[in-house]
Amino acid sequence: MIVFDQVTVRYGAAAALAGVSEKAAAGEWLGIIGPNGAGKTTLLRAAAHLVRYEGSIEIGGQAVSGLRRRALAQLVAYVPQLPELPPEMSVADYVLLGRTPHIGYLRMETAADREICAGLLDRMGLTPMAGRLLGTLSGGELQRAVLARALAQQAPVLLLDEPTSALDLGRRVAALELVDELRQERSLTVLSVVHDLTLAGQFADRLLLLDSGRAATAGDPASVLRDEVLAGPFGVGLHVLTTPDGERVVTSRRMGGQLGRGGLR
Amino acid sequence: MKSAVGKAGPASRPAPGPRSALPRVRSGRAIAAATAVLAVSLFAGVAIGPAGLSLPTVARALLTELLPWHPALGVPAIDAAIIWQIRLPRVVLGALVGAMLAGGGAAYQGVFRNPLADPYLLGVAAGGGLGATIVIIAGGSPDLLPPAAFLGAAGAVAVTYVLGSGARTGRGPSAMGATAAIVLAGVAVAALLTAVQTYLQQQHYQTLQQVYTWILGGLSLATWSDVLLILPYVIVTAVILVAHRRLLDVLRVGETEASTLGVDIARLRLTVVIAATLGTAAAVSVSGLIGFVGIIVPHTVRLTAGPSYRIVLPVSMIGGAAFLVLADIAARTVQAPAEVPIGVITAFAGAPFFLVVLRSRRARQDLA
Repeated sequence: MIVFDQVTVRYGAAAALAGVSEKAAAGEWLGIIGPNGAGKTTLLRAAAHLVRYEGSIEIGGQAVSGLRRRALAQLVAYVPQLPELPPEMSVADYVLLGRTPHIGYLRMETAADREICAGLLDRMGLTPMAGRLLGTLSGGELQRAVLARALAQQAPVLLLDEPTSALDLGRRVAALELVDELRQERSLTVLSVVHDLTLAGQFADRLLLLDSGRAATAGDPASVLRDEVLAGPFGVGLHVLTTPDGERVVTSRRMGGQLGRGGLR
Repeated sequence: MKSAVGKAGPASRPAPGPRSALPRVRSGRAIAAATAVLAVSLFAGVAIGPAGLSLPTVARALLTELLPWHPALGVPAIDAAIIWQIRLPRVVLGALVGAMLAGGGAAYQGVFRNPLADPYLLGVAAGGGLGATIVIIAGGSPDLLPPAAFLGAAGAVAVTYVLGSGARTGRGPSAMGATAAIVLAGVAVAALLTAVQTYLQQQHYQTLQQVYTWILGGLSLATWSDVLLILPYVIVTAVILVAHRRLLDVLRVGETEASTLGVDIARLRLTVVIAATLGTAAAVSVSGLIGFVGIIVPHTVRLTAGPSYRIVLPVSMIGGAAFLVLADIAARTVQAPAEVPIGVITAFAGAPFFLVVLRSRRARQDLA
């Protein structure tokens, strides 16, 4: 579905991504992890063609760099880390924005577009809030509104940059569960940056660990979430525990004054 | 993959079902209210004047021309001429100018996502002023004023746009920040042109009064030919701006997210800027520099009727038309028979009104 081949992104002289290759199949959830500044967001921005890149990114065999904005928006929905939420826009109008890739340049939304969005609001439990203004919603409700807008694009690839950073742990899990259900319903390819490594391991099929713009390792969560693998990029302050039912829990470890390699980054 | 793309494409949308319960932006009421205010303003603009015609006379004079087969109205020819050749062209021109200044301001605020943006910011005022000044000091015919002001105004924005968008590093999605660069280039171009204009004005002090009068703006010399001169621009600009109302709403989530929703930001910005600039330049060319309308009218609409461009664009144009007609009534009556410059009225009456609106709806923040 989405294939990165030797993708390099430069911000001036510095390379934010250096030759990253990775792929995610249809219906697969690829979790992107790594310390701050590793290039996680840049990888998503490259896939959404918000930055220029070298190398190639293909979605369903089409090169991202060769697509017009509208065509790309029909293939990729992107949820940034801090979506801009006009406080005076209603939830319904906000979700309808997601239909833009399917609406002609100067056309208006059709009844079919409104139908699709009404269905999504229903699916997200937002129907009672359809007429409310974004500025009056709670963090969890906003999160679902943002997801609904992204899904309204009906794109097969969903890019999520830290989709749950503003939520408490319970709502974070609930939001990721919702993404997972939608992924299965619509066989979406999900690429998500998740800072919480435990959650990343619980939800992603595969993890891509980035470090200083390079792919340090990739594989299933069990092979990536290991002390010796994480110690390089994150420093020694991490500790992976395995629960009796095989889940990996990544926790912090005091370092008693000695700073790990990543401790000050 | 093929199937997924197909599924996402418009071809396979579900057939339109029964109208969904999704609430929608309702612009009808605001448009109706603004239109009613405009209608009253237009009539007041025609009815009020130094000749002291009675309301029935005004109504009959209007009807006589509109209903030529109606023989029994019997209005003195002089009264009909006052209405049709003096008052009406002035009122209609004021309405068109007000619509363009306010609509242009609303569009600029939307496309630059800046509550202070209006075409004046990118050089329309400075360029128009310079064009007019050159004609006046060169002793050119007054007929040359509108084209010179128009060229100056549109030319200044074109220079601003080229310099501002050239400031970014290349084309494409990496070119974020172009908006800020264009606004800054506009400030620089306007400062430069204003400096040239001021210099020319000071060097030719014998025409100072004339230049100053033009710059303050006014509608006192309005004729039907002025109306016909700018009407094509007004129509084209109004149609293009209103046609972009949905895309300007998409832009409310920012340029980056609008891009990921499939909007070609550079094309949208260029189209809206060209349309708004032509309309405003046309307005400036026949009325001089009437300030403040492009800022206060759109924001008053946002604060009272809502920030969706489906409301802001049409209602700003209608409301701007009404506002300028009312301001012009004040301009020619408060010190009759002398006229107060209309720009003084728009600021003097508009600023306090706007501050009241701003304070009463301070909680609203979605100004751009």
